[in-house]
Amino acid sequence: MMKIGVIKEQAGETRVSATPTTVKAIIDLGYQVIVESQAGLLSTFPDSAYVEAGATIGSTKEAWASQVVLKVAAPTDEEINHLSDNAIIVSLMTPSLRPELLESLATRGITALALDAVPRISRAQSMDVLSSMANIAGYRAVIEAAHEFGRFFTGQVTAAGKVPPAKVLVAGAGVAGLAAIGAASSLGSIVRATDPRPEVADQVKSIGGTYLAVEVAEKMESSDGYAKATSEDYDKRAAEIYSEQAADVDIIITTALIPGRPAPKLITAKDVASMKSGSVIVDMAAAQGGNVEGSVAGQKVVTSNGVTIIGYTDLPGRLPAQASQLFGTNLVNLLKLITPEKNGELTLDFEDIVQRSVTVVKDGSITWPPPPVQVSAAPVAAKVAAPVVKEQKTMSTKRRGGLYALGITALFLICAFAPAPLPQHFLVLTLSVVIGFYVIGKVHHALHTPLMSVTNAISGIIVVGALLQLTTPNLAVQILAGVAVTLASINIFGGFAVTRRMLNMFSKGGK
Amino acid sequence: MESLLTIAPMLATAAYIVSSLLFILSLAGLSKHESAKGGIVYGVSGMALALVATTFLAVTSGWNDPAAQVGLILLVVGLIIGAAIGLWRARVVEMTGMPELIAILHSFVGVAAVLIGWNGALYDTGTPENLLGIHHAEIFIGVFIGGVTFTGSIVANLKLSAKISSKPLMLPGKNLLNVGALVGFIGLTVWYVITPDIGLLIAVTVLSLALGWHLVASIGGGDMPVVVSMLNSYSGWAAAAAGFLLNNDLLIVTGALVGSSGAYLSYIMCKAMNRSFISVIAGGFGIAAPSAADEETGEHRETDAAAVAELLRNATSVVITPGYGMAVAQAQYPVADLAARLREKGVNVRFGIHPVAGRLPGHMNVLLAEAKVPYDIVDEMDEINDDFATTSVVLVIGANDTVNPAAAEDPTSPIAGMPVLRVWEAENVIVFKRSMASGYAGVQNPLFFRENAAMLFGDAKQKVEDILRAL
Repeated sequence: MMKIGVIKEQAGETRVSATPTTVKAIIDLGYQVIVESQAGLLSTFPDSAYVEAGATIGSTKEAWASQVVLKVAAPTDEEINHLSDNAIIVSLMTPSLRPELLESLATRGITALALDAVPRISRAQSMDVLSSMANIAGYRAVIEAAHEFGRFFTGQVTAAGKVPPAKVLVAGAGVAGLAAIGAASSLGSIVRATDPRPEVADQVKSIGGTYLAVEVAEKMESSDGYAKATSEDYDKRAAEIYSEQAADVDIIITTALIPGRPAPKLITAKDVASMKSGSVIVDMAAAQGGNVEGSVAGQKVVTSNGVTIIGYTDLPGRLPAQASQLFGTNLVNLLKLITPEKNGELTLDFEDIVQRSVTVVKDGSITWPPPPVQVSAAPVAAKVAAPVVKEQKTMSTKRRGGLYALGITALFLICAFAPAPLPQHFLVLTLSVVIGFYVIGKVHHALHTPLMSVTNAISGIIVVGALLQLTTPNLAVQILAGVAVTLASINIFGGFAVTRRMLNMFSKGGK
Repeated sequence: MESLLTIAPMLATAAYIVSSLLFILSLAGLSKHESAKGGIVYGVSGMALALVATTFLAVTSGWNDPAAQVGLILLVVGLIIGAAIGLWRARVVEMTGMPELIAILHSFVGVAAVLIGWNGALYDTGTPENLLGIHHAEIFIGVFIGGVTFTGSIVANLKLSAKISSKPLMLPGKNLLNVGALVGFIGLTVWYVITPDIGLLIAVTVLSLALGWHLVASIGGGDMPVVVSMLNSYSGWAAAAAGFLLNNDLLIVTGALVGSSGAYLSYIMCKAMNRSFISVIAGGFGIAAPSAADEETGEHRETDAAAVAELLRNATSVVITPGYGMAVAQAQYPVADLAARLREKGVNVRFGIHPVAGRLPGHMNVLLAEAKVPYDIVDEMDEINDDFATTSVVLVIGANDTVNPAAAEDPTSPIAGMPVLRVWEAENVIVFKRSMASGYAGVQNPLFFRENAAMLFGDAKQKVEDILRAL
């Protein structure tokens, strides 16, 4: 049975990696849990609650001495020294941006699991800390904006006059963006959203926002669930949209992040200058350089024209109890995956793509980056198929035109040169073909079988041909014609009878 | 008597015009539930009128001729035998055996067309000199279409009744064979027009029989609905060809009606299956045998009747999507009972029918109607597809390819792009199946491995009855 230590975070981090509820779930997996004293204080979880859940409270040293250590923020070098040999540490690590951290972890047989390296596949969604934190951050961004914004979000008509609703622009409709759109629209404001991936338009709409499409001849397909960098044309058109919107809206929330790269600059200083006094911008990408020119990471800035730019980087931490709960649940789900026997023994299976991806250091050697995971968040199939279908259609219209011309010419030639009865026959034939086509045009799907059996009965009309041959003075012909009459009449009688039988069975409900 | 003789052809022509109109009304009537029964009445009256008029014409033209009297006896005998057999088969046929019956009926029209063509060659009724060549060509066309219809329908019947394997026959160079047969037919026709010889007639008959057999034999069982409807169309063209041969407008009109409506019906179905019309007609599908390189597999979950009953009891909306498996297991009666029982409890029960479910277009509708399921709760794919997301439970009974998410999501799948019932959007999907085998298209179904799907293995009828008991 392994011992799991829950660490009290350094100053500045309000969250905790396990709450009393999740501690219980961890114990159910067979582990022993030791919680560092006052670890949950900032998230409003007192030590007594952990004890009630079945954990023991220990000192910093005791907690770090556990075989498995749970943390929210990445460990500092000093903290890594606290780890015992062959220990397993689980926390956020941003492995793509911090190679030096991985290097310091790769000693003494330590294994490190980065919670923010969970691949974006549906199976791993329950462990995706980035998503759950982004969700909280998006919500909080709206709350922060509302706090700074000196007006209502919702429009009202009161005895004291009419209040227009606030206009909110959300840049980027990822998890955070969608959470922000939802929160802002439920406060009553008018919400608009931009995103380079057109497939999110429906999601934006479903949650109460209006999607502003950037109309360029480029379509972005996201195969790994994250946004990618955009082309020049796109950026130019997008910049125009942002400038137009900045002059119009009261609140801008930017969430644009591209994994492993600095955040794209979406809102220029000029855009900010064009905003009304009292407007608020929340730059959720401030930690990665910011989407807004003039934003400062971790700070609130007020520009000379009275626009407040919020660059807080700890938005999830400003909702500590909620954030800890979601973070802890994600962590428990990961532990469930790597504790298949529920016996308190942590085992890593590198065949499993999720476990392979989160493991950034294994037994003292770096295993980052993992082999790429291709998961499709967008229905790629439909997109690939669409242009192909179009191509076929245009081709077949051309071909169809050719066929029409050919058929009409052939018919013309036949009728022009064929002797007496033939042209009349062709007239009759072509008219009947067209009538047959239109008569059948709107047939109800359920009646296909009866229709087929009735046409089958009708095609027994061939009996007429046999009848006409019956009276010829040639016995062989007569016998053959007789056989034809017999067979065709099976068709006629059988076909009509069976159709009748079928139709009698169709009945309408509630008779 | 003399006067009758002169007005008989005029009366017959008038009758033919009326019966052509009646046939058109009949087909039009059959396209709606409300007017369908009227459609049959029109069809039967049209047929009766045509028969009476033609018999009258034959009788008046040769009453005193002893040969004609033999013919009349043959007519009466033939009609009686044919009627007896036809009515008997129509009464006893199982609704699940409908596709086979219809296929075999088509073959009769094919044989009749061949015989009429032969008769035209054996006994010439005095064709004027300038029309002789055309007459000969007409004989060949009639025999050819008739022959293809005949053997094609026989093979379709055998495949549908599982007397031969429903796998597509793969002869080397099969497209070449088909084209070769067509070219050979044209060559023989030209030859026969120049020098009419009975040997050539035999040759073209054999050729057409072989082509008909090969055409349908190379089509897989999954495409049978299209094939049956296509053969229906062929039997119409055969009748039209006989009309050209015998100079009879009624045959041309009726044949063309059946021919074009059948062709259009096949086309509708091909569109529903996302197949090329041409390739199905030419026996082409199945060329690219689906290579399942990276088949999606995974773990499926099994459930039992009691659990399904529990699920259904708490459901607000249930959709049942039947397939050929329901027909095989004869499960339509217990399924209808289940639907009725759930409806009594206030559950919104509907049926979702894929256009190509079963082995005949509309097959499922006929089976459900047989079991007295009201047709207004039986919906087409397009009507129901958007409602799956708000459905609590979907029961997939004996369907496989028609509910395969790979068609919508996996562009490399052999059935990619085929419209399917999006059952996987529902909260719960219960799949009734005998085993984990793949469907007719030979494609693995990732639906079975979805988290909201559970498998209920066993005979569908048995299982549905178990659920009924548990309810």
